[in-house]
Amino acid sequence: MNKPAHIDEHRDDEGAKTGMWIFIFTELILFGGLFIVYSVYRYLNPAAFHLAAEELDTFIGTVNTVILLVSSMTIAMSISAIQYKNKKLTLILMSVTILLAAVFMVNKYFEWSGKISHGIYPGSPTLMEASQGEILFFGLYYAMTGLHAIHIIIGVAFIAYVMVLVAKDEIQHDNFVILENSGLYWHLVDLIWIFLFPLFYLIT
Amino acid sequence: MEKEHTHIVKYKTYVFVLIALLFMTFASVAITSINLGPYTVSAALLLASIKSILVLLIFMHLKFDKKFYSLMVGGVLLLFACVIFITFLDYLYR
Repeated sequence: MNKPAHIDEHRDDEGAKTGMWIFIFTELILFGGLFIVYSVYRYLNPAAFHLAAEELDTFIGTVNTVILLVSSMTIAMSISAIQYKNKKLTLILMSVTILLAAVFMVNKYFEWSGKISHGIYPGSPTLMEASQGEILFFGLYYAMTGLHAIHIIIGVAFIAYVMVLVAKDEIQHDNFVILENSGLYWHLVDLIWIFLFPLFYLIT
Repeated sequence: MEKEHTHIVKYKTYVFVLIALLFMTFASVAITSINLGPYTVSAALLLASIKSILVLLIFMHLKFDKKFYSLMVGGVLLLFACVIFITFLDYLYR
């Protein structure tokens, strides 16, 4: 049985979306600050950053970029799908997004564990013998990709929660602002990676 | 019901945007593998900026939403650009 529509339903989609955007701005400034720290240190230590960046695997970086771009498309499509009243497709597209996020994290795991097994991690004896610039590069690498990975995990939890709401029919073709907001969050994660990728993996 | 929610973006639009994003990703990998000297970083960052504009406009629906959202995003990006500018004024001329 469908609940009868409430005439005086308290809902403010525009307010909800504006709130999400304001939160996204705080995230942009948070990562923006880190990007400024990165650019200043890179400006002060160009040779060391060049040397250190060669340690990173461009191939894994590119694969992860492709994964995040595709997952961004699938979550964007899920909003169209719910508007077309296609619940099944919405759920499929959201699951694909979560699956791709998991693949991203698996890649990240192998990348980080590879670095750590080579003795490159903050405070490691190998790194302490390296130049100041290389220490800064890897410190920023772990801090920024790590913070980004935490955002991936939060994004997956958020999307999974919205999936439950879609499955329970609590999100419908005319009431999907929380799905839009989870999508906005996921695109933010993608946006940050769009800049992390060239700055860490593509330095020549 | 609400006017701003009636716009539905076609699946095809998203596929085209993804193809453009992937193309620019591979282009930035190709550009940085050949040595362009100081232009390499600028080229990679320029491509990243175009990619993020595409994501903001289409994936994040700024193109289809009220202008108010675009103005807010523009304001925050302008603020961020000012902070970068002032930081580098300090580092370049101290």
